[in-house]
Amino acid sequence: MTNSIEELEHADVILAIGTNTTENHPVIGAVVKRAVRQRNAKLIVIDPREIALTKYAALWLRQKPGTDVAVINGLMNVILSEGFEAKEYVAARTEGFEALKKVVEKYTPEYVETISGVPADQIRAAARMYATAHKSSIMYAMGITQHKTGTDNVKSLANLAMLCGKVGIESGGINPLRGQNNVQGACDMGCLPNVFTAYQQVANEDARTKFEKAWEVKLSPKPGLTIVEITNGAAKGDIRALWVMGENMMLSDPDLHHVEEALKKLDFLVVQDIFLTETGRYADVVLPVACFAEKDGTFTNTERRVQRIRKAVNAPGDAKTDWEIIAAVADKMKYPMNYAMAEAIWEEMRQVTPSYAGITYGRIETAGIQWPCPTTDHPGTRYLHKDRFTRGLGLFHAIEYIPPDELPDKEYPLCLTTGRVLYHYHTGTMTRRAKGTTERCPESLVEINPADAEKYAIHEGQMVRVTTRRGAVEAKATITPRSPEGTIFMNFHFHEVATNLLTNPVLDPVAKIPEYKVCAVRIEAA
Amino acid sequence: MEKKIPVTIDGRELQALPGQTILDVAKENGIYIPTLCYHPLTTLVGACRVCVVEVEGARNLVASCAMPVSPGMIVRTDTEKVLEARRMIVELIWASGDHNCLMCESNGMCELQDLIYQMKIEKPRFEIQSPGYPVETTNTMIMRDLNKCVLCGRCIRACNEVQVNEVLDFQERGSRMKVGPAFDSDYSDSSCVFCGECVEACPTGAIINTQGRFAGRPWEIEKVRTTCTYCGVGCQLDLNIHDGKVVKVTTNRDYGTPNGGSLCIKGRFANDFIDHPDRLKTPLVRDKNGDLQEATWDDAISLIAKKLASIKKKHGSDSIAGLASARCTNEENYLFQKFMRAVIGTNNVDHCARL
Repeated sequence: MTNSIEELEHADVILAIGTNTTENHPVIGAVVKRAVRQRNAKLIVIDPREIALTKYAALWLRQKPGTDVAVINGLMNVILSEGFEAKEYVAARTEGFEALKKVVEKYTPEYVETISGVPADQIRAAARMYATAHKSSIMYAMGITQHKTGTDNVKSLANLAMLCGKVGIESGGINPLRGQNNVQGACDMGCLPNVFTAYQQVANEDARTKFEKAWEVKLSPKPGLTIVEITNGAAKGDIRALWVMGENMMLSDPDLHHVEEALKKLDFLVVQDIFLTETGRYADVVLPVACFAEKDGTFTNTERRVQRIRKAVNAPGDAKTDWEIIAAVADKMKYPMNYAMAEAIWEEMRQVTPSYAGITYGRIETAGIQWPCPTTDHPGTRYLHKDRFTRGLGLFHAIEYIPPDELPDKEYPLCLTTGRVLYHYHTGTMTRRAKGTTERCPESLVEINPADAEKYAIHEGQMVRVTTRRGAVEAKATITPRSPEGTIFMNFHFHEVATNLLTNPVLDPVAKIPEYKVCAVRIEAA
Repeated sequence: MEKKIPVTIDGRELQALPGQTILDVAKENGIYIPTLCYHPLTTLVGACRVCVVEVEGARNLVASCAMPVSPGMIVRTDTEKVLEARRMIVELIWASGDHNCLMCESNGMCELQDLIYQMKIEKPRFEIQSPGYPVETTNTMIMRDLNKCVLCGRCIRACNEVQVNEVLDFQERGSRMKVGPAFDSDYSDSSCVFCGECVEACPTGAIINTQGRFAGRPWEIEKVRTTCTYCGVGCQLDLNIHDGKVVKVTTNRDYGTPNGGSLCIKGRFANDFIDHPDRLKTPLVRDKNGDLQEATWDDAISLIAKKLASIKKKHGSDSIAGLASARCTNEENYLFQKFMRAVIGTNNVDHCARL
């Protein structure tokens, strides 16, 4: 997030696009609802599904799945044609405006209506509402990113926010809501194929030299493979060994038949996890680890806040922490890693990580600190890009709308969009073993619009077979107007209804994120 | 600077800020006024009258939690009239319910129990008349015993104003008044999403966390502050430990942002996976027949080191890849990428950020 969670409560307008906040980030959902009910903030929801937030929304734009760039360009078209852009801000703080203006010109509300299905008047109303408010904040989540055009979608939101001068201000900004407790931290720590910690490029010689010195070893300048590329590499035989620390690719990755084939082909697979996961079943070695309640360390939340976790109970049996295991293997491979405790690793990390350098365990004992925090007397950063963007000038990207990779056709006439539900988390390894959440949501449901249900003669609670070009699964149907006509929704929490057998593994060319939010399906009574 | 308002409480001349209530000013200055329906994050209702004080010139006793200070106000918190009124209110509340501390989960952390103790009430002057409601046990997370409800409305305001889930309200009138979801349904049949804000707000044992039922007394429990393991909000919570086990989760408003004491169903109620019998307890290594068999750490670590070294030698560093985890700590992720880069010699390291 460019801004902080608590700032959202004081925004005048909140634009929520591609985020089912009350289910996936319920506590932020409460912040948004309080802003609306108690502070008269205006909420604009842009989402194909009738998510709970629509009840609180001043405007709900129900676009066809995968048409976000068109809708956002439409908003900018209205802003420019009605003169609501932040002219001084654009002139002083950005570049690339002319190219953007040129592309956006043809995305009139009427044209966008033909692409997205959103009535032109709603596009106009939303554009005016967002642009004319003093503090407007954008929130988004995987509904924006899990598309073939995920990067384009995010850049389009950045365009919109910069055009209206909403970046670098209190209660404004562009705020991705991150789905996993430490996904921000894992990225910050350099668990990405092209960067070391704090996004220092492996291909950059200075950065590499710095890490070579710190780690006393020669490092490779060649960026590595992303998760889906690793799977593809394994399937081709280029990747021979894989070490998986706390991931469950056999449920979370797209096109699971392909993942299975890849895992089977590996010479050696190590999986460490708290339970024997679907992925663990293919491993040569499975290692038991401590969960969050059984170890010390830190997580970095979606607003860049570094917070402590603390050991409260002992891990079961012989389970060890993930870091103890890594250190033990490194030792065995003649690269000694001697750390007495998690804090010792932290101290090493912050020496090579400028944005974390000022954060110590002592400083975050009672309250977390938001990076960047370069020195131990720096208070941390509530919102980014104040007065100046990290790169200097904010760069507009002129972006054309590109339709999703796989659209409904005669053979597969419906669209499938996937996501999470409130009561479960990701691949369900934890929540499905918890009593309460299982009691609330014991099975996977396929959400089908009443019109589609009638068309395919499906009634509430009936088992349906959902088929795509990649696979088929069976699950119970629930008939609900939450799903728009022509689109069904499924979650991916249940291994017995492995939704990612169906999804399209096509990737965004830059972020390499799979298009989980749109693929073509067919349904029939099972 | 905002203009200060001079007020006198119990003979002490104090300076208040505009908009502060008598209770705010008293608290700020270490003057104790008991409360029950007061909830700092929600609308002031002055419903229970436990916080009444005497204000010079006022016709009746006033609820200090809801009364804003005005210039020159003279307040007494400890007169006979005040103490008698409070006592009467607490006795009435006691008599109107089944406040049996022997089997109450909130024994030791009950605000009504504390008030009775502080006011040295041996027993109420009135006959105890429990309303006789059935206890709601239709789910495994939140148990409701409305016989212990003092109708303070804190759960209603927490539900509507803090979480804005808009599930709870008062229903019926007079002595039949009670709290609950629409149509008097159970939580599990209502639009309740089990955030547990009402549990945290309840001053008595009327709404409790079922997971902690008979799982340890408040004074036997150790609380360890940590960060929730689910989504990226990073809610702060207290793991409640008894006998080496996590028995339930509670929150603390004083921890402040990002969650200010709120949680969702996952953070508050979905931590029983920690003790699940399926937890992995020993390393497993695949044997010649293709079955996973229990192994020692020494064997498992040696095998990994040997295999990785030989694959690296034969096929090169880039034939090895590692997936770190958005579920693990920063320290573990740092070490994992360091291992892949420094020990294996490849940048093939990624995690599920995209999934």
